[in-house]
Amino acid sequence: MISSIEIKNLTKKFTDNEPAIDNLTLDIEKGRITGLIGPDGAGKTTLLRLITGLLLPNEGEISTLGLNPTINQKLINAKIGYMPQKFGLYEDLSVIENLNLYAELKEIPQNEKEKIFNKVLTMTDLIRFKKRLAGALSGGMKQKLGLACTLLGTPKLLLLDEPSVGVDPISRRELIKMVRELATEGMTILWSTAYLDEAHSFDSCIVLNEGKIIYNGLPHDLSETGKGFEQKVIELMGGFNPQPSELAEKFELKEHNVEYVIEALDLTKKYGDFYAVKNNTFHIKKGEIFGLLGPNGAGKSTSFKMMCGLSTPSAGTAKIMEQDILKNPSKARSYLGYMAQKFSLYGDLSVMQNLRFFAGVYGLNIFKRKDKIDQIVEIFHFKKYLNHDAKELPLGYKQRLSLACAVMHNPSVLFLDEPTSGVDPVTRREFWHHIKGLAQKGVTVMVTTHFMDEAEFCDRISLFYQGEAIATGSPTELKNMISPTATMEDAFVGLIERYNEKGVLR
Amino acid sequence: MFKRILALIRKEFLSIWKDPRSRILIVAPPLMQLLIFAHAATMEIRNIDMAVLDRSQTVQSRDLISEFQHSKWFRNVTLVENEKQIEQMIRAKKIQLALSINTDFANKLKRNQPTNIQVILDGRQTNTASIANGYIASIVAQYEAEHFPQRLKSAPQINLEIRNWFNPNLIFLWYTVISLITILATTIALVLTSLSIAREREMGTFDQLIVSPLSAFEILVGKTVPPLIISLVMTTLMSLFVIIFFKVPFTGSILLFYISMVTYLLSILGVGLFFSSICKTQQQAILGAFTFQMPAILLSGYISPVEDMPMFFQHLTLINPVRFFLVIMKGLFLKNMPAEYIFQNLIPLVFIAILSLSAASWMFKRNLD
Repeated sequence: MISSIEIKNLTKKFTDNEPAIDNLTLDIEKGRITGLIGPDGAGKTTLLRLITGLLLPNEGEISTLGLNPTINQKLINAKIGYMPQKFGLYEDLSVIENLNLYAELKEIPQNEKEKIFNKVLTMTDLIRFKKRLAGALSGGMKQKLGLACTLLGTPKLLLLDEPSVGVDPISRRELIKMVRELATEGMTILWSTAYLDEAHSFDSCIVLNEGKIIYNGLPHDLSETGKGFEQKVIELMGGFNPQPSELAEKFELKEHNVEYVIEALDLTKKYGDFYAVKNNTFHIKKGEIFGLLGPNGAGKSTSFKMMCGLSTPSAGTAKIMEQDILKNPSKARSYLGYMAQKFSLYGDLSVMQNLRFFAGVYGLNIFKRKDKIDQIVEIFHFKKYLNHDAKELPLGYKQRLSLACAVMHNPSVLFLDEPTSGVDPVTRREFWHHIKGLAQKGVTVMVTTHFMDEAEFCDRISLFYQGEAIATGSPTELKNMISPTATMEDAFVGLIERYNEKGVLR
Repeated sequence: MFKRILALIRKEFLSIWKDPRSRILIVAPPLMQLLIFAHAATMEIRNIDMAVLDRSQTVQSRDLISEFQHSKWFRNVTLVENEKQIEQMIRAKKIQLALSINTDFANKLKRNQPTNIQVILDGRQTNTASIANGYIASIVAQYEAEHFPQRLKSAPQINLEIRNWFNPNLIFLWYTVISLITILATTIALVLTSLSIAREREMGTFDQLIVSPLSAFEILVGKTVPPLIISLVMTTLMSLFVIIFFKVPFTGSILLFYISMVTYLLSILGVGLFFSSICKTQQQAILGAFTFQMPAILLSGYISPVEDMPMFFQHLTLINPVRFFLVIMKGLFLKNMPAEYIFQNLIPLVFIAILSLSAASWMFKRNLD
């Protein structure tokens, strides 16, 4: 076996606290795709950055393509491609201008540029969008462009830090297909991911926890199926033992007898001639978990925004607890808890200050406020982070804080826009445990997700494509539309393909 | 409703305080500018070149001149023949000041009568002039004490008759620091508000605010009050600073001062919020704020008097809050301006404030889409 990366007894500490990487020894085989998985704060990003030489180790040795990154960072840079979590695309530049910029940064000779651009653009299927501004691309396409820029120098080693966060299943499949082709050409790929089904399809996988390797081997050795693999990995990470959700137990739902708690009535959003959302109608019953699924740019977030009054519909309206969001926006919103796709709490304020602020804005009185905050701190284990600024929290805790602030005022309706995007499997389980608990209590939940396993937790799903709901039904119903043995992902991809072929579904 | 606004106000203070950018913007410019002015204004000036026109030509007048020659502040003391020479030298900036001693200087001293020395200062160099003026006064007093101690029993008898050419009365420094306070207050209020909504938009926290039970009106109030309080406090501190360190008199009514200040700041906050509502990023908002600020100051009468502007610009100044507030500030500090004159300028300010705040809330509501 030839190794592209050899690591011996590597330790990296940021402060005097626990090491981020703890005495780690690891070999990564050439020409294969290795998945890097683990909970938030396990040290995945740190490890990738150490391999590139962007961080220097405290102890131990690293050899990247036979070079020492501490000494030869420049040389290594020319041979590897590193795509960080937030790839630095210039949103005001077009696709081709971005490529040009990175080509110049990588000192690619002028006469070779065109050939390489054609290759990566064909591969990423971005050739049609050459002139489009990067900011106007969908999430999946942005990631593909990031990958294209990373591939410019024809690197021998590709380091990808969660490239598929927030990317829909179809784009993800394409992304994996692209990378797999690269691997067959002899490129070594280290791919950090939160999607365990993705990791299951790789050649090899490493599970990291608290800076240590807890599993290193073939994904299929752990389990033959993606589901079993996820279960095994969660067990390796310490497992998730569902207690009855304390959040749901303490939740005080205001009694009501509204039959359809959330209603969308011919909801439409038009930008010029383009329909972002077209005649969308649905009714959600009390206590239902209603999932919106669909590729990036299908109109899920736009629908969400219209339904909570953040954006005015071009036509139609939405009702929350029978209150029209256009006529009585304040009244309608008062029933609402909203968790935005992007982390949207005050990063400069501490956890405690954020909690206090939202308690105040939701009008909780002084005595109740203290109790409620204590309760939330207890349920979400915020104790050790209370005085940390929110922006410094690990992603999982940021999402927990967002959820906490969204449910603080006991809303009857909960809107969650990709609540688990980029969150590790254990935290995801915890989240869904809370969500299901709240729904049982009678809270009505509308949620978007790119995780197919999460889609299965929904009572009903509406599949969005090109601004329209092309299929609505329970997860089983949707799967049966394709075949009795289909997985949720098969259903997702299949239904969209069928729509593309026929123009209509049924 | 009150509770919610209070929570928002508290959060605003916290965010402003915890954001290093806004913190620096509040504290640094006023501190720096006032310190630079204070330093420039109190700095000791040496090596002053001067001329003397000695029409007296007596022992007494020569004694006085030698006091100047031996003082540490003056470098060259040139004796001249006539006033024409003085004028030429000042014009050519060869000297910063000149003394003119009258023919009857010695006689009057001997007879124990009051006498005059004329001091001519280059009014274009206001700072040097005012400081040199102080030096001259102390040298003359010293001369009198040494040579004619008996005269001191009554009041000092040599009167300095000071003429500031090109800028009579030397109120320029006072005028400048008062204008400076106005400009700094404007900057603070403008920057704080223009950043506030744009920052939330940039961070994505704005959606969270809108989804909360806060109404548009409550958000606007919550966004207006903290910058208002901060700029009020800063203006008070700056005013105290100039009163104490520059000895700028405050002759008017404190109540009127604060009423005008709040009105003025509200009109500026409206402008800031307006830009903040339009812009998507903080960068755009700051640029927007400055495209307002520069012309507003240029058209305020601070740089050139409103009466000297072309007609079109004179009309334009009628919607410029800085113009009216500058008059009020100068009036309250230096002129003990009667209330009725203050109101003449305050009433337009009230209208401008109503205008800018309504424009801001209109824009704010419109841009919710």
